[in-house]
Amino acid sequence: MRRVWSGQAVFMGWASLVALGVAAPFVVYPVFAMNVLVMALFASALNLLLGYAGLLSFGHAAFLGSAAYVTGLAAKTWGFGVLLSMATGVAVAAALGLVFGLLALRRSGIYFAMITLGLAQVVYFLVVQMPWTGGEDGLQGIPRGKLLGFLDLGDSFAMYFFTYAVFLAAFWLIQRTIDSPFGQVLRAIRENEPRAISLGYDVQRYKLLAFVLSAALAGLAGSLKAIAMQFATLGDVAWQRSGEVVLMTLLGGMGTVLGPSVGVLLVVTMENYLASLGSWVTVITGAVFVVMVMAFRRGVVGEIQALLSRRS
Amino acid sequence: MPDDLILETREVTKEFRGFVAVAGVSLKVKRGSIHGLIGPNGAGKTTMFNLLTRFLPVTRGTILHRGEDVTRMPPAQVARRGVVRSFQISAVFGSLTALENVRIALQRPLGTSFRFWAPSRSLSVLDDRARALLADVDLQDLADVPAGELPYGRKRALELATTLALEPEVLLLDEPTAGMGHEDVGRVAELIKRVARGRTVLMVEHNLSVVADLCDTITVLARGSVLAEGSYAQVSADPSVREAYIGSAA
Ligand SMILES: Nc1ncnc2c1ncn2[C@@H]1O[C@H](COP(=O)(O)OP(=O)(O)O)[C@@H](O)[C@H]1O
Ligand SMILES: [Mg+2]
Repeated sequence: MRRVWSGQAVFMGWASLVALGVAAPFVVYPVFAMNVLVMALFASALNLLLGYAGLLSFGHAAFLGSAAYVTGLAAKTWGFGVLLSMATGVAVAAALGLVFGLLALRRSGIYFAMITLGLAQVVYFLVVQMPWTGGEDGLQGIPRGKLLGFLDLGDSFAMYFFTYAVFLAAFWLIQRTIDSPFGQVLRAIRENEPRAISLGYDVQRYKLLAFVLSAALAGLAGSLKAIAMQFATLGDVAWQRSGEVVLMTLLGGMGTVLGPSVGVLLVVTMENYLASLGSWVTVITGAVFVVMVMAFRRGVVGEIQALLSRRS
Repeated sequence: MPDDLILETREVTKEFRGFVAVAGVSLKVKRGSIHGLIGPNGAGKTTMFNLLTRFLPVTRGTILHRGEDVTRMPPAQVARRGVVRSFQISAVFGSLTALENVRIALQRPLGTSFRFWAPSRSLSVLDDRARALLADVDLQDLADVPAGELPYGRKRALELATTLALEPEVLLLDEPTAGMGHEDVGRVAELIKRVARGRTVLMVEHNLSVVADLCDTITVLARGSVLAEGSYAQVSADPSVREAYIGSAA
C-alpha cells in the first residue's frame, strides 16, 4: 500500500461516502440500505483480521450472531435502552473473541481457520439449545426503542441514519486501527513474522488484540442488525454466514479499505435483483465468485487500485 | 572468567526427526569480539543461530546469555535482552517504506505499539533517528521507497539498519554479504567493523576474505560438530578444515 492518496483524495473519499449514505434511503428501501450497511460493517470487521493481520477466520458469524441475540435479549427481556443493549452485545462478542483467539492462535494457517469454524459451531449449538433464543423461530419482536430516551427509532428513516452513523464511526475506527502504531506492527507481522519476533515483538499478543477488535466490530454489526431488523435468527450464527462474509470480502478486495463494502453491495444487490430466480441465485452468485476470483485475484477494489497505481 | 563470555552454549544438540543437525556444540562467544561461524553448506550454522535466538527449541543442552540460562525463553524476550539476529535471506517488511521498516524497530520501546486508536503520525517523533540510521547505511535517499522495491544489496543494508536500531548487545548476522556484488561486500564489511565497536558480533560468512579481515575468533562447523576453533591463521592451517572445505562446495 503506497501513500498515493493525498489528503484531498481522502477527504473526497469520505465526502462521497457520506453523500452516498445520506442519499441512499431516498433511493432504495431503508431496510435494504440498513441490511447492506450491517453486512458491510461485518465484512469490514473481518477484513481487519484477514486483510491486515493475515488471519482467516471461518467463525465470524459467532460474533455477529451472539451479539445480535444478546442485544435482542437485553432490549426485549431486560428492558435495556438501545445503546446499552448494543454495548452488551458487543461486550459478549469481544469476550467470545478473546476465547476464540486464545484457542485458535495456538495454530496457524488452515488449522487456525478450522479451529475458529469448530468453535463457531459450538456457539451455534449453544444458541439452538438455550430456551431464550427461540430456537428455530429465532428471537422475534426486538423493540427499537428510543435513542437516548427521545429519538424514536421506530421511524425507519431515523433508524437508518442511526445505523449509518454507527457504521461511519466503526468504519473510521477500522481506518484508524490500520493507520496506527498498532497497525504498523500488524503489517510488519503479516509481512514477515519471524522478523517481527526478532525485533522483540510478542506477535501472539498483537494478533490476539486484532482478533478481539475484529470480533467486537463484528459484534457491533450484529447488535445493529438486531435493533434495525428487530430479530435475530439462527442464520446469524450459522457457518454459512461465516463463509458468505469471507466470500464477499474476497470479491470486493481484502486488505483494501472499501473492498469489503463493495463486495457486500455487489452480492446483496445481485441477490435482490435475482430473487425471482429462487435457488438459482446461489448458483449464480457462486459462479460469479469463481469467475471473479480467477480473473481478478485482488478483488474489485484491489484491481482498480492496482490499475490506478500503475498509471500514476 | 565466565563473565567475559556474553553468549555460551553447552553441549547443544538439535535433532530434526532423528536427523542430527547440531551435535553437542559448545560455543563460547567473548564480549566485544567478532566471532565467525564458518563451515560447508548444511553444517548447521543457521540452525545454531535459530537455537541461540530461541527460534527453534534445543533437543539437549544449555544456552547462556550473560551467564543466565535462556534455554527456554521465548524468542521475542531473547531479542529484548539484546541478542538480535538477521536472517540468511533478507528480511524486510516489503510493503513498508525503508523509513517505516526502521521505525518498527524503534517504536517498541516507545510503549505505544498496542494503541490502535492513535494515529501513525504519532510515530513521526522517531523519524529523525530513523533517518540517521538509514544514513549510516547510505539509504537516506531511499527512505520513502517501499522496502520490497529495493535492490537486494540495499535490502540487506536496510535489514542491518533495522537491527542496529535496537542497539543490540549481541548481533547475530547470517551471511550478511551473501548474494552481493563486490562493491556492496566491501561496504557491508566496513559497516560491520564500524558497528562492532562496543558490541559483540557472531557472524556466519562464506566470504573468507571478509572472515579473515573481520573476525577475532573463528569456529568451524562441519556436519553439526565443531571441527576447529581459533584465529584465522590457526583454522586455515588446520588440515581437517582444508579437507572439509575441499570435500564440499564451500
Ligand atoms: N527445520 C528443519 N527441518 C529439518 N531439517 C532441517 C531444518 N533446518 C535445517 N535442517 C537441516 O539441518 C542441516 C543444517 O542446516 P543449516 O543449519 O541450515 O546449515 P547451514 O546454515 O550451515 O548451511 C541441513 O542438513 C538441513 O537440511
Ligand atoms: Mg545457513
